[in-house]
Formats: sequence, C-alpha cells, structure tokens
Amino acid sequence: MNIFERIEKIDRRIIFLLVAIAVLLPLIFKVRMEIPISEPVKKAFVSVDTLSSGTYILISVDYDPASMPELQPMYKTLLMQCFEKGLKPVMIVQWPLGLPLSIKAMSEMAVEYNRMARAEGKDTVVYGVDYCNIGYRPGGVAQIVGIGKEIRDYFESDYKGTPLDSLPMMNNIHNYDNFALLFALEAGSMGDFYVQYANARFGIKIIFGMTAVSAPDAYPYLQSGQIIGLLGGLQGAAEYETLMKKPGFATMGMTAQSWVHVLIVLFILLGNIGYFINRKKRRS
Amino acid sequence: MHNFWTIFGVWMAAFLTLAIFSFLYKDNPFYKLAEHLYVGTSAGYMLIYTYFLTIKPMLIDPITKQQQFFLFIPAFFGIIMLTRWFPKIAWLSRWSIAFTIGIGTGLAITGSIQGILIPQIKGTLIALHGWNWTTLNNLLIIIGVISTLTYFYFSKAHKGVIGKTAKIGIIYIMIAFGASFGYTVMGRISLLIGRMYFLFHDWIPLIR
Repeated sequence: MNIFERIEKIDRRIIFLLVAIAVLLPLIFKVRMEIPISEPVKKAFVSVDTLSSGTYILISVDYDPASMPELQPMYKTLLMQCFEKGLKPVMIVQWPLGLPLSIKAMSEMAVEYNRMARAEGKDTVVYGVDYCNIGYRPGGVAQIVGIGKEIRDYFESDYKGTPLDSLPMMNNIHNYDNFALLFALEAGSMGDFYVQYANARFGIKIIFGMTAVSAPDAYPYLQSGQIIGLLGGLQGAAEYETLMKKPGFATMGMTAQSWVHVLIVLFILLGNIGYFINRKKRRS
Repeated sequence: MHNFWTIFGVWMAAFLTLAIFSFLYKDNPFYKLAEHLYVGTSAGYMLIYTYFLTIKPMLIDPITKQQQFFLFIPAFFGIIMLTRWFPKIAWLSRWSIAFTIGIGTGLAITGSIQGILIPQIKGTLIALHGWNWTTLNNLLIIIGVISTLTYFYFSKAHKGVIGKTAKIGIIYIMIAFGASFGYTVMGRISLLIGRMYFLFHDWIPLIR
C-alpha cells in the first residue's frame, strides 16, 4: 500500500485531531499574524468613527450563543468605539436568546470603559444617559416597519422594565430618523428585513456584522449601496479590532483560523492528488 | 456562594462540551445525555421566554391592567390555531392561517419590490467607460447577472448562444458556491475556536 492509498483510507478521527491541534497551538503559544483590512470593514469603521459626539446609533443584536464567537467580538468593539467617540448606542434585540448576550457585553464594556475613563480623567458612561438596551420584543418584520413610525409602539420600556420616557437619553427618540445609522449584528435573515423595510422605506443607513455563513449573501446589498459597510465572520471582527487598535478574541482566533485553513487546503490537495494517482494505477 | 456557582457552571459547560465532542470519536451515552439535555433545556427556555416576553406583556398584562379588551380578538385567532389537533374543528385554524398569510404576503410583496428588486436592478445599471479596474469589475458583474439569469431561463432549450451563456452562468454560480463554502468553513472553525478558548481559558487556564 503506497502513501496515497493510505491517505485515501485515513481514519477521519486523525483529521479531527490535527484540526484540534492546529486550533490549540496558536492559541496557547499566542502566535500572532498581521490582519489586513478589507474595504467593507474600513467603510463600516469610518462610518461610525466620523459621527459627531452625541449622535444616536441603533444596534440590533440578532444572534444567540451558537454565533457568539463571531459576533460578540464585533459587538464589544463597536460598543467601545461608541463610548470612546461619545456616541449614544441604543441596543435592540430581535432574537430572544440574544438578550442575555447583549446585556452581558454591554455591562462588561461599560465597566471596562469607565475604568479606563477614570484613569484618564474622562467622563464615564451612565446607563440610560449615554447608552441603553430596550430589549427583545416579538414582531419581526411588523416591528421593523413599526419602528419607522414610533419606537414606543413596540418598546414601551427597556429590558429592565423602566419606561422609555424615564430614560433621559430616550426623551426625544421616536423612530429611525433619530438615528444616524443602524448597526445590525446578524446570524439569520433579520438583516434582509432591515434592508427591505428600514432602509428602503425609511432610508436609515445600515452596516452589517454577520456570521461567516451569512456574509456572502450580504455582498449584493453592499454593491448596490443598500448597506454601507460589512463585517464578515471572525475575520471581519478581527479587522474591526485592528482598526480600533484593541486586539481581542477575534484577532487571537484568526491565527488559529489561518492554520486550520492551510491544513484543510493541504487535505484537499493531498486527497485529490491521491485520488488521481490511485485511479491511474487502478486503470493501468 | 456566587463563586461556587460560577465554578460549577464552568465545569458543567466543560463537561457538556466534551460530551458533545466525544461524538467525533463515536456515538456514546455521554453524547446522548448532552444531546437530550440540550433539546429539553432549549424547549423549556423557549417556553418561559415566550410566556414572559410575549404572552404576558403583550396579552395578559394589557387586558388585566389596561383593560385593552380588543386583544381578545388576536387571542381568539391564536387559540384557534391549536384546533389543528382536533380533526372535527381543524378547519377553524384556516382563519388564523389566512390572516397570517395575508399580512405576510402584503409585507413580502412591498419589501421584495421596494427593497430588493428595484435597488438590485439599479445596482446592475453601472458605468462601462474608461480602461480601469472599476470598469472591469462592473463588466464582470453585468456578465454575471445576465449569464446567471439565462441559466435559470427554461422556456427555451439551452443550445447555441443561450446554451453558451448559461454555461458562463454555471461558472459564476460555482464561484458563488465556492465562496459560500469557504465562508462556511470559516464560520464552523470560528465556533471550534470559541469552544477551545472556553476549555483552555475558562476551564483549564492554558491560554492566558
């Protein structure tokens, strides 16, 4: 049995083991690599970064723990950018299981920013004044359309049950017109509905942060100008972290990601070479 | 006490992660346990969420606290959806389904035309002037749209010019599938990285 015949019959568990090693080694030994910045991520970053202090930004957290490794780093970096720029993020959740994730990251980033701000003598951020989370409500498409008219028709209170009118930052906020842009973090099809209704009907600018699986479907929206920026999967999150000069989980994970990709390409090449050599042998 | 429950949670999550991963070796009782726990917990979680985030705040509270009795009408339509379990009165559920389809169709038609069809056609009407990379990109987009649409045109046999254009369309479709597959691999590996990070950062602190 030659080497290619052996490769053809390799136990799949060896491949699993090699993939696990390729993921683990760069994480343990902190191997870092350069993260090149793509145009869609740069556009997203610049669109947020050039907003003036005090501008409102709507962040839709539409994912659950299954997509957390890809989308949570984007969300955290975006929140930090909002706090540093003095923007006022309003979180909204379309996936019920996204609510605990949105609250957890929001609280963590507020604590982290406030610690930094105190050390540097800057103003700290306060819930209800500088940022808020109005939580999850069912309704999907009808709700997305309804927010175009009045946000209180669907969200009377925030995630804690505090009436929106009791949150100082929400006093004059009624619909999409009050937000400079919508940053939608999407693991499913909610993004399509935001484009179809929030953008097409009400004209709000949209940026997508998407799981890698959904990202290719969003490129036509980018090309047609229906969205102004796109972050795709862990790579998109790593690029955003790089632009923010705050390397985190995504930046660390991209080295492991690249190692596994090289391994998979090697497997594909070896498998195909082996297949053609063995086929030629069998024919002869 | 909080510390104990945090540690307990991490150990429980680590055990369940390893139990699911054990399927990669072969099917076993630990995997089955984790799988059944997942299904049961998800169903219970969604039930609680549906009650506390939908039924209570949008139906029970407005009726009992604000006397919004008109909400009995949507509640009635919601309840008759359940008549599908009883064959003799199952026809009642069609009223709710008709209502849902009516709203869905209305929203979908306007959304598709206003939000997808027209902007995407507009996005394909792009300039082809000058010799530069933008022109080349625009040309590729136009060829891609026309050839892919031709591939899905079945009113004429795919022979001659139509056949050749459709073949170019297949190449575009294959490239799109390849890009999607590449992204899917990246997505799945990201999830693995997330779990590995949890195991070797939160559980066994090897990654610092």
